[in-house]
Amino acid sequence: MRSIRAAAVGAVTLSLALAATACGGGSSSGGGSNDSPKELTYWASNQGAGVEVDKKVLQPELDKFEKETGIKVKLEVVPWSDLLNRILTATTSGQGPDVLNIGNTWSASLQATGALLPWDAKNFEKIGGRDRFVDSALGSTGVQGQDPAAVPLYSMAYALYYNKRMFADAGITKPPATWDELVATGKKISKGGKWGLGAEGANLSNNIHQVFVLGKQHGADFFTADGKPDFTSDGAVAAVKQYVDLMAADKVVAPGNAEYAQNQSLSDFAKGRTAMVLWQTASATFKTMGMKDDEWGVAPAPVPSGTPGADRATNSMVAGINMAVFKNSDNLDGATRFVKFMTSDAEQKLLNKAYGSIPPVKAAQSDPAFNTQATAVLRETLATSAAALPQVSDESQFETAVGTAVKELFADAAAGREVTTESVKEKLAKAQQQMPNK
Amino acid sequence: MTTTTASAQPGERTVGKSSPGTARGPRRRPGRIRRLGLPYLLLLPALLLELLVHLVPMVIGVVMSFKELTQFYIRDWTTAPWTGLDNFTMSVDFDAPVGEALLHSFLVTCAFTVLSVGLCWLIGTAAAICMQDTFRGRGLLRAIFLVPYALPVYAAVITWAFMFQHDNGLVNHVLHDQLGLTDKPSFWLIGDNSFVALLVVSVWKGWPFAFLIVMAGLQNIPRELYEAAALDGAGVWQQIRRITLPSLRPVNQVLVLVLFLWTFNDFNTPFVLFGKAAPEAADLISLHIYQSSFVTWNFGTGSAMSVLLLLFLLLVTGVYLFLTSRATRAPRTPRKHEERRTADA
Amino acid sequence: MPRSPMAAPRSFTWTRRVFLTLLTGFVLLPVYVMVSSSLKPLEDVAGQFHWLPGNLTVRPYIDIWSTVPLAKYFVNSLIVAGAATACSVVIAVFAAYAVSRYEFRGKRVFSVAVLSTQMFPGILFLLPLFLIYVNIGNATGIALFGSRGGLILTYLTFSLPFSIWMLIGYFDSVPRDLDEAALVDGCGPLRALFKVVVPAAVPGIVAVAVYAFMTAWGEVLFASVMTNDATRTLAVGLQGYSTQNDVYWNQIMAASLVVSVPVVAGFLLLQRYLVAGLTAGAVK
Repeated sequence: MRSIRAAAVGAVTLSLALAATACGGGSSSGGGSNDSPKELTYWASNQGAGVEVDKKVLQPELDKFEKETGIKVKLEVVPWSDLLNRILTATTSGQGPDVLNIGNTWSASLQATGALLPWDAKNFEKIGGRDRFVDSALGSTGVQGQDPAAVPLYSMAYALYYNKRMFADAGITKPPATWDELVATGKKISKGGKWGLGAEGANLSNNIHQVFVLGKQHGADFFTADGKPDFTSDGAVAAVKQYVDLMAADKVVAPGNAEYAQNQSLSDFAKGRTAMVLWQTASATFKTMGMKDDEWGVAPAPVPSGTPGADRATNSMVAGINMAVFKNSDNLDGATRFVKFMTSDAEQKLLNKAYGSIPPVKAAQSDPAFNTQATAVLRETLATSAAALPQVSDESQFETAVGTAVKELFADAAAGREVTTESVKEKLAKAQQQMPNK
Repeated sequence: MTTTTASAQPGERTVGKSSPGTARGPRRRPGRIRRLGLPYLLLLPALLLELLVHLVPMVIGVVMSFKELTQFYIRDWTTAPWTGLDNFTMSVDFDAPVGEALLHSFLVTCAFTVLSVGLCWLIGTAAAICMQDTFRGRGLLRAIFLVPYALPVYAAVITWAFMFQHDNGLVNHVLHDQLGLTDKPSFWLIGDNSFVALLVVSVWKGWPFAFLIVMAGLQNIPRELYEAAALDGAGVWQQIRRITLPSLRPVNQVLVLVLFLWTFNDFNTPFVLFGKAAPEAADLISLHIYQSSFVTWNFGTGSAMSVLLLLFLLLVTGVYLFLTSRATRAPRTPRKHEERRTADA
Repeated sequence: MPRSPMAAPRSFTWTRRVFLTLLTGFVLLPVYVMVSSSLKPLEDVAGQFHWLPGNLTVRPYIDIWSTVPLAKYFVNSLIVAGAATACSVVIAVFAAYAVSRYEFRGKRVFSVAVLSTQMFPGILFLLPLFLIYVNIGNATGIALFGSRGGLILTYLTFSLPFSIWMLIGYFDSVPRDLDEAALVDGCGPLRALFKVVVPAAVPGIVAVAVYAFMTAWGEVLFASVMTNDATRTLAVGLQGYSTQNDVYWNQIMAASLVVSVPVVAGFLLLQRYLVAGLTAGAVK
């Protein structure tokens, strides 16, 4: 009996010891290597209508790359619901892909982990130089003054989409260029179960994108120059209030939009229930929802002056996808070659066409496909009047805290409660207190 | 034998029961080694797995709660600086926003859990008792009742979210458009009603489990008990009260406890229903902790909150087991069972 | 009740009828919504709810297979949940038998420790467990993370505590005299377990198996980080129908129904074992 119990105790200790070694942190942390030069793992984000569609778009290109270089790329398309968690666990454990796509607003946060390969001048040289990329897209690749943590792959921008028939029915001849015009237009349309503008009130990221741009127009930045949260400045409060007031005071947004978080505002638009939406690259979605291309128009998102430009005339955030390389990859050279391939002019044209996005590579933008009704406005916006979200390591906390505050304000507005400067300021102050203090 | 003696607690089973292994050992031929080593051998696989998958990660989690584990350190968490009790003091400082939000979330979770577990148990037990009798369609009905349990969580909850929509949902369609119970359509996924929505979904998802377990438990009640009671002139209602419910006690004790623990820690339901940020009225603690760790990338604070939660649940479980054990130990006339036992033997 | 020869009183039958009807309605309401939505084109699903679908289409049932690799996810889920259930039940039967029938040191500690694992929020296991799997992989070459094996291991452990606790209860209610008689007849303890105790506790074991299966079948969080394209399970895979720009409501519903049919059918087959009475099987 003793022997058996000893065995049991031994087994328990063994498993404990095994587990204890497991506590010894994740990564084989050091730098990368070129130990397996013939293979790469690539996590792509879901850009098209489903992961299978993405595979069909990407696989032929990966085959092309293999033919050119002899490097086999193992592709996994990771759904958005999992992507950030997968990246976080990969970072913690050191078990990740060689190359991956990231949402460009995550760049600074992921940069802070130190797990991604910094794109210094030398690395940029390997993919043809920094100058090949559009400035605004480069602005969303990491904290300013540091080497970017990723390179831009696909770009997107916000624009005002409108329903041509509904505009014509209401006697509106041209899309609004200022917020006042937008509200006036919206009021003309908002009657009889139809509404002027759609919003995604419960979608935190979308809320952030909208109030960030409005903040710019009010001269507010949500973060101080040295990266401290600054949510309660007059400009920030005014921006948030203006956005929520579209529902609360102007009543051009249906109260029901307060709970939208699954792109219901797009389907409302496609069904002719709302006349306008502020959205990023929505054309493909309209098509799947049964709306024909000539039924909708697109115009730059409104700005106070009527003419989009820099600073207070900003009318979009820089939306898009970046491509990053894990520092501890065992095929660093192959990984950079792959990034070079994916950001080459030819691939950029092809991929961005497939996904309806705009290439962040200057040379690729000249393709006529990016000069159509749907894409010209977006391209122009990216080039002249789009600003990157704050590139601070606390960006994701910012999205959660302020995005939630806006969501709650929308809920108040929908329930018929008043939204005042004080109530907005109070919510934002609460959001700010939840930010990590440094 | 019998269900009633079985009602001795796993925890206190050591006390009241004679075990064949020791007390009646001499009847068995195998030697001492086999006899005494065997239980450990039987337990070994379970023990190893629990250590590997539950206990060790839990210990690591506790260690993490004393660290400042933000995105700057997750690449090698052992290098994260120690912060002592900072994560804890921040979590329980109820005057500051973080602590206040946690307290609020905790209270919401308590209310939600009590209601949800109560309803799940009630419906599950009632349904199981109703389905004791054979009647036409019983098998079909039983399978139907297990449907909520068989649907993948994501699908089930997303369907409810779909039904709870303000503009196009079925719930408002019925309550407002067809029955005219409300002046205007209500919001279910934001604002105060979200608590009700969450509760409905949780009960819908949860009661079939109670049903399943109670149904299996009912099979163990010897029918002679009912026959004897019927002879004594007890009606159906009395039989339920005097035989069914007391006999279910051991099953219920564990059932209610795990339902409580699961509901308290439920993450999937609020996450799919509300997304990353739940409305204040339905801000369950697991989602709150998820937000404080994964979404804001501060795993130290999240761990500290979890440890506090663990302590609370340990306390509740301890008290619960203590009270229910005492209650079960109280005499509940196992005489009839004893009679039956002799009859069987 | 069949147990009492007397007919149940009216009040009881009526209460029962009303209650079961209401409950069936409550249970089936979302199921009806799923069925009707899965038969509508996407534009209609997103619009005002109507009890009867206007335009019927079976298109979603065709599209589900190409939007995401549903068949692959389904097979993965079956393998993972099936293996986890089988292992979990066997291990739990052993452990419960030990606790139910033997006196040994550390018994109480074991029972309480097992239960305490249910108290820690899953979120906080995630990262440490992932680290452990990766490190075991690095040390031994056994790939646990990303493989079905790791997921099976995780799920079977998740369902163990409750399974053990429930089975202890069921085993306790199996008359001791039975296995003792078997022991006297010369059976070893294990044979006594499988020839006497297990058959007598079939309803409990089936209930526990169903529970273990569903635990593995529906789990989302761990599956989302521990699987990759090749090993992804249904619970996670279904989210693939909600893409960045579109939510294919009708396909989500169609796919959920399709994958649930075999599970419900399995329930239908199993449910008679759930109620195979103890007394019928054991005491002869």
